[in-house]
Amino acid sequence: MNGETTLRVWRGEGGEGRLVDYTVAVEEGEVVLDVLHRLQATAAPDLAVRWNCKAGKCGSCSVEINGRPRLACMTRMNLFAPGETVTVTPMRTFPVIRDLVCDVSANYRKAREIPSFTPDPATRPGEFRMSQADVQRQQEFRKCIECFLCNNVCHVIRDHEDNTAHFSGPRYLMRVAELEMHPYDTADRRKIAQEEFGLGYCNITKCCTEVCPENIQITDNALIPLKERVADRRYDPLVWLGRRIGLRPASQDTPIPPGVRQDGRAAAPRTGEPRRKPGPDTT
Amino acid sequence: MTAPPPVPREPVLERARLGARTLRRDRWWVPPLFTALGLAAFVGYATFRVFQQDHYWVADYHYLTPFYSPCLSAACAPGSAVFGTLPFEFPWFLPYALVSLPFLLLFRFTCYYYRKAYYRAIWQAPPACAVREPHRRYTGESRLPLIGQNLHRYFFYAAVLISLLNTYDALVSFAHGHNGGFGVGLGNLILLGNVILLWCYTLSCHSCRHVVGGRLRSFRRHPLRYRAWTWVSHLNARHMAFAWITLGTLVLTDLYVALVASGTLTDVRLFN
Amino acid sequence: MTETTRLAYDAVVIGAGGAGLRAAIEARLHGLRTAIVSKSLFGKAHTVMAEGGAAAALGNVASDDDWRVHFRDTIRGGKFLNDPRMAELHAREAPDRILELEYWGALFDRTEDGRISQRNFGGHEYPRLAHVGDRTGLEMIRTLQQRIVQLQQADAAEYGDPEAMLKVHAETTITELVTDNGRVAGAFGYLRDSGEFLLLESPVVILATGGIGRSFEVTSNSWEYTGDGHALALRAGAALINMEFVQFHPTGMVWPPSVRGILVTESVRGDGGVLRNSAGKRFMFDYVPEVFRAQYAESEEEADGWYTDPRNHRRPPELLPRDEVARAINTEVKEGRGSPHGGVFLDVSERLSAEEITRRLPSMYHQFKELADVDITAEPMEVGPTCHYVMGGVAVDAETGAASVPGLFAAGEVAGGMHGSNRLGGNSLSDLLVFGRRCGLGAAAYLDSLGADRPAVPAAAVAEAATAATAPLSRSEGDNPYLLHREIQRTMNDLVGIVRNGAEIEQAIARLEKLDARVAGVRVEGGRCYNPGWHLALDLRNMLLVSQAVARCALEREESRGGHTRDDFPRMSARWRRITLAARLDGSDVVVEHRRTPPMRRDLLALFERGELEKYLTEEELADGSPEDTDEEEGA
Repeated sequence: MNGETTLRVWRGEGGEGRLVDYTVAVEEGEVVLDVLHRLQATAAPDLAVRWNCKAGKCGSCSVEINGRPRLACMTRMNLFAPGETVTVTPMRTFPVIRDLVCDVSANYRKAREIPSFTPDPATRPGEFRMSQADVQRQQEFRKCIECFLCNNVCHVIRDHEDNTAHFSGPRYLMRVAELEMHPYDTADRRKIAQEEFGLGYCNITKCCTEVCPENIQITDNALIPLKERVADRRYDPLVWLGRRIGLRPASQDTPIPPGVRQDGRAAAPRTGEPRRKPGPDTT
Repeated sequence: MTAPPPVPREPVLERARLGARTLRRDRWWVPPLFTALGLAAFVGYATFRVFQQDHYWVADYHYLTPFYSPCLSAACAPGSAVFGTLPFEFPWFLPYALVSLPFLLLFRFTCYYYRKAYYRAIWQAPPACAVREPHRRYTGESRLPLIGQNLHRYFFYAAVLISLLNTYDALVSFAHGHNGGFGVGLGNLILLGNVILLWCYTLSCHSCRHVVGGRLRSFRRHPLRYRAWTWVSHLNARHMAFAWITLGTLVLTDLYVALVASGTLTDVRLFN
Repeated sequence: MTETTRLAYDAVVIGAGGAGLRAAIEARLHGLRTAIVSKSLFGKAHTVMAEGGAAAALGNVASDDDWRVHFRDTIRGGKFLNDPRMAELHAREAPDRILELEYWGALFDRTEDGRISQRNFGGHEYPRLAHVGDRTGLEMIRTLQQRIVQLQQADAAEYGDPEAMLKVHAETTITELVTDNGRVAGAFGYLRDSGEFLLLESPVVILATGGIGRSFEVTSNSWEYTGDGHALALRAGAALINMEFVQFHPTGMVWPPSVRGILVTESVRGDGGVLRNSAGKRFMFDYVPEVFRAQYAESEEEADGWYTDPRNHRRPPELLPRDEVARAINTEVKEGRGSPHGGVFLDVSERLSAEEITRRLPSMYHQFKELADVDITAEPMEVGPTCHYVMGGVAVDAETGAASVPGLFAAGEVAGGMHGSNRLGGNSLSDLLVFGRRCGLGAAAYLDSLGADRPAVPAAAVAEAATAATAPLSRSEGDNPYLLHREIQRTMNDLVGIVRNGAEIEQAIARLEKLDARVAGVRVEGGRCYNPGWHLALDLRNMLLVSQAVARCALEREESRGGHTRDDFPRMSARWRRITLAARLDGSDVVVEHRRTPPMRRDLLALFERGELEKYLTEEELADGSPEDTDEEEGA
């Protein structure tokens, strides 16, 4: 479909901006990112768009195209009718830096709040024996390319910015689920999944799954199983009773790591003399 | 070495100000609309039938509609009450299947699929992906009453018991042919088909998937539970389909029984 | 506004791919206050594109495998030009690095008995690649990323600040290394989002910037691969070795243009894909070189038999090493037997059922379906060679990863020597881990040796770097950076590509020289806030410098070996094997020196049969047995 198309792109800095129309040439087999690049090389050399691998494997070029959260590199132009105006806007849920580039750093801070993989200290590298069945469930979640489209589309934060502080979003709830399913992990994140990461806010309306470019069944395979695990820990009277009378082991809730919450802002890097600690430590 | 100055950074960034509720141009309102209509149709039909207190039992062939099982009112037709009846007749506002219907309702109400369906279609939170929802505040299932959705597993256990009862109802009707003894009619097949699909819906439940094996960290030491989990997982992938199919078969089954019971239709007998 | 933020660290790691993250982890574990600088977001590095796996002689699938066999395969693959000590360390340490990764949470595919599964790959004698489906690189990056988060959590508990000891500067580009009397003193760069300048004062800089693929028109590499580390090292005074060796992967996508170069995994051929030209001929039978005649099939029937019965048949010629297949495709296209879009046909549908294809090659199926509208279960793919990897890089010490400039280290693709003239598939991921860690250790040892005598950043250097960085924005005339980029890519692709000859390389060098002035005068519109044109303009001079190094080394080496093919010198020469080319910067000119290829220890040499050694070594070397005690360098 060689020809021209009208691209309507949000241009602006900070929150301020507007939709600007451009007429751009389109060649056969191109994706939206190609057309954005052509725009950069011609009419809008300073158009900001984040991208990297251009093969749907790194998750950098997340934008919204005609209102739908998508990867620009995996959205083919022939998806649109000839002559249709294609609207490209930045992700709505994250603060915008410029044009189509958002500040997604809040996601990385959320990642830091999740207690990491905690093997039994008595084990050593090389001792793990897991069957394919043991790893297959979590492998699906580890396909995640961290494009953050799921966190972007989730109405819990998209439509209610005030929930951002106490809701980690599908990406990181899925990470919690992944760790809770690891055969050699010894931590218990169920309580904090509910209290700190906001699992209860999820009403399983599945938009995360709908937009996932890796087709991960986030809701069915991660969030709902995690909800069930939380129910085991907190809402199941029988399990509670079992624990009380000693039929089930008492739960040892893992807290969120101390010091990782920085009130929503990244801490300024320490300044002054670099401090080198003596010798290797084993954390 | 002199200490470097502190870092001057982090201008407060804001979200892009885009006024429109959504920039989607497809007909995103169609699926929630159909969901709402579908649910409303079922609720309407079921309400009418549950309070009708009639045409639920075909004595000739022992067909009992699932909406009236177990029949507990003293007014239940003879033979229709498997467990016997309570000593009084139910007033108009009490369904005859008093012990099962609330649990079935709650099983479906707290079902992970139906939750998605009515949160989207009825409560509009959100009506469709990337379409702004109309509510100013949102707490999801983190507070009462919706925190109660976490009790889904108990309604699942109840639903298993009720499905057993429905299975009994469907099987026992085979022993009541036209001339006594074994017989097969269209009604038998409908009851049986319905009960099979009810099992598919019940066993494909997310709570079931969790209970049979999903809650384990390692499958390596539990091969049987792994097999069960795999099997339930396959079913679970079609949970939504079973949710809708069983609404349809419930209506169909009930309607058939009602039509035969009221004499509008005669049961088609295939064998005796 | 040219205010520069200054931050002090013990070590700065440039690059957040596998090597960079592994180096940073090791540095932090040894108490170094470490910065990781990444051009893109954290966790997006090019390592995520690696599909096949990480080679490590764990012996989980084939118990006969051990590091010696892995070493031998690596040396064979590199055609005896590898730094043998690097290849040895790599083969010895890779298994521990993989197991360590598993201990940090990586979930590799498993064997029946619950160990890490390993797969076959080109050039490896045994199944050796630890893998996760076809996304091993992603698993690796995620695991290392999460390991860093874990260390940050420990620091948060200890210091109240997760970034106290290990900070990631995402979307930050380093434009210049700052030296103090020849020692590394820091790194200067800018934040991509705001355009603000940043000076990281540090006595240690570890380069882990990956490769140079963006200098070529058709490449499987992402935009980040502009050879920054190579260029920074050159400008800081270090040498680059083996720069003439560039690996072209034989099968990249050629159509549509927007995806040109994207990789089509080797597994497609391993699983039965055949190559045909426009006449429908399976042309690879015509391209089996003399040295491989014995191992490869001569007829289609024989080749077809291999897939089901490998013991009694010879391998199909589609499975020749990457360089051979790439050259063959190149020739077919040049001689007019190519596909409509300038490639050849790769067909997997004639041998496998649709169901099998989608099961074995899920991501390839999706890649073609979604990007090219081609259903590979029913029709052939069009493929052609794509620039994939550079074997050349910073000359480093095998044990520590230290370059000749004190305080400068390099690991991963940016380091040279490990892979010789050609890299085996799967050796890259393990290379990152082994030498990433060694760089971290080397940095800690170097810092210990410094004591209180730390280099200081000369004030003038910062102002100079800042001025150079803003210059393209203030020019009122000059070339468009996108245009210049295309010209560099065209030049390299057409004249210093898969098959080279002296005349063409000279032409390329002349063109690159002309581009020098234009790149120096490049002009950019817009401001400093997330301005991709400006970013490209600053990357251009790195690409140009690296291209010059590649071209000059390619002109110098008058033989064909691995990733360097000269049609005017088509044979491999034992005399040239003894020579490793090193590029240095003399003023603003790239000069090429001859160095003695590091000799192999006697015990390692004994791993090869004499018949094989005769193909590679000179008479004297063979007579010597071991040149262990010969001097390190040799002028030429």
